[in-house]
Amino acid sequence: MNAPVEISDRPTVGTRFTVPGMRCAGCIAKIERELPRLEGVASARVNFSAKRVAIEHDPALDQEALADALLKLGFEAQPIAQNPMGLEERERRELMRALGVAGFGMMNVMLLSVSVWSGASGATRELFHWLSAIIALPVIAYSGRPFFASAWMALKFRRTNMDVPISIGVILATALSLYETVTGGEHAYFESAVMLLFFLLAGRALDAIMRDRTRAGIGALLSRMGKSAAVIGPDGSTRRLPAGELEPGMLVLVAAGESLAADGEIERGASAIDNAMLTGESAPERVTEGSFVHAGAINLSAPLRVRLTHTADDTALAEIARLMDEAGQSRSHYVRIADRASRAYAPLVHSLSALAFMGWMLAGAGWHQSLVIAIAVLIITCPCAMGLAVPTAQVVASGALIRRGLLVKDGSALERLAEVDIALFDKTGTLTLGSPRPVLEGLGDAERAIALALAQNSRHPFSRGLADELRREGIVAADVVDVMETSGEGLHGMFRRTRVSLVRPPDEGEQLASLLRVGDEQHLIVFTDPVRADACETLARLAAGGIDASILSGDRAAPANKLGEALGLPVRADASPQQKLEVLESLKREGHRPLMVGDGLNDGPALASAHASIAPSSASDASQQAADAVFIGEKLMPVALAIEVARSTMRIVRQNFGFSIAYNIAAVPLALFGFVTPLIAAIAMSVSSLVVVANSLRLARSAGKAAS
Amino acid sequence: MTGLAFLIPIALLMGACGLAAFLWAMKSGQYDDMEGAANRILIDEDEEP
Repeated sequence: MNAPVEISDRPTVGTRFTVPGMRCAGCIAKIERELPRLEGVASARVNFSAKRVAIEHDPALDQEALADALLKLGFEAQPIAQNPMGLEERERRELMRALGVAGFGMMNVMLLSVSVWSGASGATRELFHWLSAIIALPVIAYSGRPFFASAWMALKFRRTNMDVPISIGVILATALSLYETVTGGEHAYFESAVMLLFFLLAGRALDAIMRDRTRAGIGALLSRMGKSAAVIGPDGSTRRLPAGELEPGMLVLVAAGESLAADGEIERGASAIDNAMLTGESAPERVTEGSFVHAGAINLSAPLRVRLTHTADDTALAEIARLMDEAGQSRSHYVRIADRASRAYAPLVHSLSALAFMGWMLAGAGWHQSLVIAIAVLIITCPCAMGLAVPTAQVVASGALIRRGLLVKDGSALERLAEVDIALFDKTGTLTLGSPRPVLEGLGDAERAIALALAQNSRHPFSRGLADELRREGIVAADVVDVMETSGEGLHGMFRRTRVSLVRPPDEGEQLASLLRVGDEQHLIVFTDPVRADACETLARLAAGGIDASILSGDRAAPANKLGEALGLPVRADASPQQKLEVLESLKREGHRPLMVGDGLNDGPALASAHASIAPSSASDASQQAADAVFIGEKLMPVALAIEVARSTMRIVRQNFGFSIAYNIAAVPLALFGFVTPLIAAIAMSVSSLVVVANSLRLARSAGKAAS
Repeated sequence: MTGLAFLIPIALLMGACGLAAFLWAMKSGQYDDMEGAANRILIDEDEEP
């Protein structure tokens, strides 16, 4: 029904975009219906859960043209890498398949077991046990693989994890049941083994789904850096050299629109550069002869001649990448709560079951009965409810957070977010919106329509900011023709035989502004970087949760202090990436668990080193990669919400653990004294799992309450 | 007792059919976008050519 119509036989390529703004069925219909009307687009398919659009298009059409087309439909879109999580997707699919097989086995074996429990005897019981075995053995062999493989890995490195008691329990229960079946015994535990696998696989699959759906496309850090540069030889001729072969002292020519491949000093030319990659600040920076420019910056307007000072691995960008790498190491030592629990739990279970076996042997019960009891202890204590305790709560919480504009990368991120006690905010792009916004007062509707018609033709940050703002106000572009962009100057066009233009004002000074000319009339449009509207409210909510906030900015002291005063926060300005990292390290040494919220690449090392970190979706790729969570849109509130929901998630997780342990304490004596039949084990297992799932579902309600 | 000879294979066959249907549905991507599927039912398709 949504089948796209192929419009050409030419081979197409696929590009995927993340489109956070999709909210309803109308958005799906709009994108899927309107995009294929664009020349060169073969089809568009929306994945609403992941907020993604996959577009099949002509290779001649580039990502920017597609992003612009989506913007014209009213959706902000960012391209994402082709298949960043192909591997994890496969893992999830394998888990789901194993879950389906285990579910099939569980239902059919249960059907036979119920007949045995309700009184089948003699030849019928033996037949049913044999049938159960025929179904259960392949099912266990297939569905148990994820656990067996992980347990084997752990044992090989002489460690133990949650999967070791599970594997031993399942394998022993299956072996015992098989023995009972062959010798015509009374009890077989096939259904317990399969049911255990089913519930545990459900927990694993939930965990995988959560990681999958929130991990947005992540680009490699260095891919944005210019890959080559035009080197000017002594005779004035130019030749292109790859970034790796550049050397300090070379003179390179950087055309407008090109990104720099190395650090250097400008020898000739004046232009504006986009330093967003390094600072997160999207207002262009004016540079002239003598200014230093860094790799990764994009030259916006006029060609520059740059004498290189640092190349390859010595650039500021490479240095930041190295710092981030090192800072990220400490976080990988974090042990998740489920693993901490199982480290304490697994040895306990094994020794208890071994004790039961020895105790009954000493009491003279015979090895068969002793083994049955030991296995019953293993089965009843198998961490079925424990396996579900953490993933169910985290999946419900992350689902609730996604609906409120926050993507949490994985379960460990939620656990760390719950523990933070101090918050550090970057200024530009984090507390403020980070993109230049025009002040539109004093501009009539006609002027606005002309401004939009001009601005939508340029990729200059001011033009884009202006066009975005005007579109938000519902302005329809005027019919301006012959629009031309003059690099370094501005845009010109004709509107009803009047010359109109949007240009750089002649005398700029400190103020960021554009000049709109309509005939002889002139309008100055000033740009500001406003503070996020709910910043005060968010900070108050963090304070109510016992979290002190402060500003840690790389900006100049004057504007940073001004913002600090307005929001009532202590400020540390002029901080380099290294200094930011040091601030976080010293906080950690003092025993704090800091939360870092930042967007620029200069925040990257701090984001990677903080106990937990959050970045806005406008942040540089590398910062999003380093952060634990990404928030979408213009509100800051998701930051406060993330911490509140993370804390209530941990509360629920602890309740779940409490319940599972209480249940085990109650059930273990029954098993030890030999009262646990397969029927009791099956009932106990499913009831405890259902209680845990029901308890986790309460989170959706409480998260909803926290948001309102 | 002879009833079992029919009933058990039938039960197993039905279960296997259910499993096959689930695996097929997953392979063809029907579980990839649950929320989208819930929303698509609201899309009017009268305007389609």
